[in-house]
Amino acid sequence: MPKILLEAQDIHVNYGAIQALAGFSLKLMENEIVSVIGANGAGKSTFMNALMGMVKVSKGDIFLDGYPLSSKNYKVVRSGLALVPEGRRVFAPLTVEENLRIGAFTRKETADLQEDYDWVFSLFPILKERLNQYAGTLSGGEQQMLAIARALMARPRVLLLDEPSLGLAPIIIREIFRELKRVNEQGVSILLVEQNARQALLLSHRAYVLQTGRLLKEGLSKDLLEDKDIKAAYLGQSA
Amino acid sequence: MKRTLILILIGFALALWPLGGYQEGIVILMCINCIAAMGVSILTGFTGIFTLGHAAYMALGAYTTAILTVRYGVHWFPAVIAGGLMAVIIAWLIGIPTLKLTGDYYAIASIGLGEAIRLILENWQSFTRGARGFPGIDPYTTRTMAVVIFIVLAILMFNLLDSRLGRELRASRDDGTAASLMGFNTPRTRMKALVISAFFCGIAGSLLGGYMSFIQPSMFDMMKSTELTAVVVFGGLGSMSGTILGSAAITLIMEYFRDISQYRMLIYGLLLVVIMVFRPEGLLGSHEVWELLRWRRKNNA
Repeated sequence: MPKILLEAQDIHVNYGAIQALAGFSLKLMENEIVSVIGANGAGKSTFMNALMGMVKVSKGDIFLDGYPLSSKNYKVVRSGLALVPEGRRVFAPLTVEENLRIGAFTRKETADLQEDYDWVFSLFPILKERLNQYAGTLSGGEQQMLAIARALMARPRVLLLDEPSLGLAPIIIREIFRELKRVNEQGVSILLVEQNARQALLLSHRAYVLQTGRLLKEGLSKDLLEDKDIKAAYLGQSA
Repeated sequence: MKRTLILILIGFALALWPLGGYQEGIVILMCINCIAAMGVSILTGFTGIFTLGHAAYMALGAYTTAILTVRYGVHWFPAVIAGGLMAVIIAWLIGIPTLKLTGDYYAIASIGLGEAIRLILENWQSFTRGARGFPGIDPYTTRTMAVVIFIVLAILMFNLLDSRLGRELRASRDDGTAASLMGFNTPRTRMKALVISAFFCGIAGSLLGGYMSFIQPSMFDMMKSTELTAVVVFGGLGSMSGTILGSAAITLIMEYFRDISQYRMLIYGLLLVVIMVFRPEGLLGSHEVWELLRWRRKNNA
């Protein structure tokens, strides 16, 4: 039986009078890739932000390794979660190298980062060529790669990705998802939030379907890919 | 390091070049203005927090040092440090509630804070002598001393910006949310920037008191605050060497036109308009002077 790494129980988040999450629970095992799919406004990004301590959880608990996770975002990062935010949010006026160094901020000052640089360059070789370029001058796909590499520089145990396919060409999306699989094979658990349900289900082991703040369905990704309702609602195929 | 060496050389030139008394005064004033501008630059240029009240920290430094040296006979050196520290303490107290504000809101709050501090100094007659000003300060600010303090602080500042803290400041300036996601405690980052900037301004104020021998609250009014921020924008937001060059240039230009004193503000305004029209990013943009030189060399090769 694999160990539970990250567990969210009955998470509620409110934005004023609007309830964005109404009791969503999720488990992420060690070395697992889990995706959360759902339409616009289902609460996917809110859930990620709740895990990272970026929005206030009004009810519910989050555990990492069985211990409660801090609700302060800078402590969450230190305990081993790293989020690649929606829309990439690279530091545009800084160089690629500076972006990566900022990603490693939570590590000890004396830590040897060479190994980490080698690691992220082996995943995304283009970043090495662009090392001294300003992040704002990169293409969208390159920025997404940089955002992922930046998160990996923190050596997270769980890599969270919020819509990594947003606004990218299909060929780039495939490349990025292929590298995410490699990241996972090296022992990083991945929690992925996507509107691009097909890509997410092809990559992940298990998936949760979120609808207006509540769980609609959960199961193995390969089963969900064959599910009649899911096909009709999220994969754009008629049953 | 090359940069430190060049700064030390500039320091020697400024301190030892044979000058008349009047030119010496300009050098001292330049150093003081540069120190204060560096303080505002780290906050406004590197952390993205616009301030329009930093003259108040200069006032705090100036008054602390003046009162300590005149009333209590403290030596100028610990008194100047105390001036910087007083600014730090007040900045920290003010920062707790106000740094939650971002963008324009902080700028507006800073106007109020700056004016409040000035008005307290003006009305606390028994302690500060109020609007009559505080005379009889020992003229401890000599050229050598001003230059040495300026160069030491400049070296410190440049190294600070290259360190982890520098990256932390820039990250929270460029994207506060993303910076939080990297594990920065962004409210604390902003506080660090404010406290450092207050220290620099406090020291600058202390030196100004020692140069003028006389201080009064109206020297630290909103005009002065605006000037500090304007100089930083003029030099280029996010460029410390730009701040120093801009501040030195403006000091010199203003001195040059001292003869036509009533038109000086006209020229000052014109200068700012011209630079904003032709180089909206400021003198050096967000780059340091050696970065620009390096690119130039590369492009010529």
